[in-house]
Amino acid sequence: MLEAQDIHYSYTPEQPTLRGISLTVCAGTVLYLLGRNGCGKTTLMSCLSGILKPQRGSIRLCGRDLHSYTPAERARQIGLIPQLHTPAFNYSVREMVLMGRAPHLGLFAAPSRADYEIAEAALESVGLADYRERPYTQLSGGERQLVLIARGLAQQCRILLMDEPDAHLDLNNQQRVMERVVRLAASGLAFIITSHVPNNALHYADRVLLMKRGAALAHGAPADILTEQLLSAAYELPIDVIRDGELPRAILPRRTLQG
Amino acid sequence: MRIVTLGKARDAAAASDFRQQLAYGSLLLPLALIAISLLLGLYEIRVETVAKALLSLVVPQAAEGISSTELTLILRIRLPRVLSAALIGAALASTGAAFQGIFKNPLVDSNLLGVTSGAGFGAALALLLGGTALMVQGFAFGFGLLAVMVAYAGSRLYSSAPLIVLTLMGILIGSFFTSLTALTKYVADPLNTLPAITFWLLGGLTGVTWSSLPLLALITLSGSAFMWAVRWRLNILSLGDAEALALGMNPTRLKLLIILCATLMTAAAVAVGGVIGWIGLVIPHAARLLVGTDHKRLVPMSLALGASFLLVIDNISRTLLPAEVPLGILTGLVGVPILIVLLRRSQTVW
Repeated sequence: MLEAQDIHYSYTPEQPTLRGISLTVCAGTVLYLLGRNGCGKTTLMSCLSGILKPQRGSIRLCGRDLHSYTPAERARQIGLIPQLHTPAFNYSVREMVLMGRAPHLGLFAAPSRADYEIAEAALESVGLADYRERPYTQLSGGERQLVLIARGLAQQCRILLMDEPDAHLDLNNQQRVMERVVRLAASGLAFIITSHVPNNALHYADRVLLMKRGAALAHGAPADILTEQLLSAAYELPIDVIRDGELPRAILPRRTLQG
Repeated sequence: MRIVTLGKARDAAAASDFRQQLAYGSLLLPLALIAISLLLGLYEIRVETVAKALLSLVVPQAAEGISSTELTLILRIRLPRVLSAALIGAALASTGAAFQGIFKNPLVDSNLLGVTSGAGFGAALALLLGGTALMVQGFAFGFGLLAVMVAYAGSRLYSSAPLIVLTLMGILIGSFFTSLTALTKYVADPLNTLPAITFWLLGGLTGVTWSSLPLLALITLSGSAFMWAVRWRLNILSLGDAEALALGMNPTRLKLLIILCATLMTAAAVAVGGVIGWIGLVIPHAARLLVGTDHKRLVPMSLALGASFLLVIDNISRTLLPAEVPLGILTGLVGVPILIVLLRRSQTVW
């Protein structure tokens, strides 16, 4: 559905940020992007969401060049869930979700009864229907992530990009958000997720793209990518994969400090 | 369990509908206040006289039996003044709400980019040159726009982060024009020109006649219509450019259109009424307390409350003392205590 071919991007000519990344996302796939800080994950997300235009390479969405879409057309296909933040004004949960209707409405239009119903259904499918009147800024981090996922559902897009959905969340909330993601993926929605928690990729990913200094180190099924050798190379750190028989159970960096 | 949830949903929807109706219904308040304001003044006029005088605008025969003094007072003096108070209040409050939204900052108003400082200098310059009332208005309007245009041109010199540079430029240009205004005051004749400049800068609607209304009405009404049309989009703009882009909008273009519209409205308002502070800052907060942060309701509520607030303030200004109290003083004296109370009560609103 979304296909990136050998994309290059650099903010300054001397220092390329992305050096030939290729990836494919199909309906119902959860793709994890892993790599160190500054390896180009966020830049890749900006390219895939159409905010940045790669200097080389192509990105095709449903067979059509991503940059031939108008912003509203693109937003009906691809949604973006930013990192946890606090808006300047305290909108209600329902108002936040309704904003997902923007690409379906004219510039001078306000949401109609039908849009309210779509927002309501979106809130129900993330399990937060009772939260509709609650102020968004008073929710916990996990609940805010779920509200933003609901906004993506109201947007009726087919691919959701999530920028570090597990940052600042406790283990319980990480699981609550990610299990919801997996359930929505089962219904056909595709997810591209950046993360600094390889264990979550182990649990929830269908595909993993391991990045290093703007290039793809490895791309494939979690079992093939999340290995001692590849992870240690990507994070430049000795990393153990704890196994239960053949099954990998946890990813743990090895302590290098003696004593 | 299902029934309970549905019941809650209906209650919540009802509360939301009520705030929606409150926002739209509040637009009747300034209309009522306009009628009441025509009755108020040091010279007392009976209700039916005012009604007949207003009717005579449509049916000339209705004016029979009213003294020409009263007719002049109602139609030539009070009506243009009252209408301009409503228009100016609505313009300042709605542009304040829009600026707070697009700059993601609840503590700014439409003066952020220097329009009022420019207008103040324009008026002071016209007064220094001994200009007529209309010339003062024209200069104030022109220099108000000029200040923002200079700030915009300055911000175009930099390619990145245009809105932050525009804000910085606006603040710089604003203080530049404030200095120029101080210079005109310094060289002005202290016996007549200096007091005239000082009074103008304090704001007031004393000299308003029909001649200043067409431009003010045209700009305020068409500008308000634009703000009304894009009001729901202000919600998304207030989340920041990245999210607006991801939701399929062109945030930079829409923000510039809103800034252009708000600048025209503010310049027109300041040109007629002088520098009237606090409305653009305080009224949107009061409106948020009543109808919440959703700009779909906030813009109508700000229009209504802004118009009503300035009508009330102008009535106080006309009737409190035999000599008029400048509006800028009253809005500050009334506005500051209101803001302090609101800041305390509305901690949860933002």
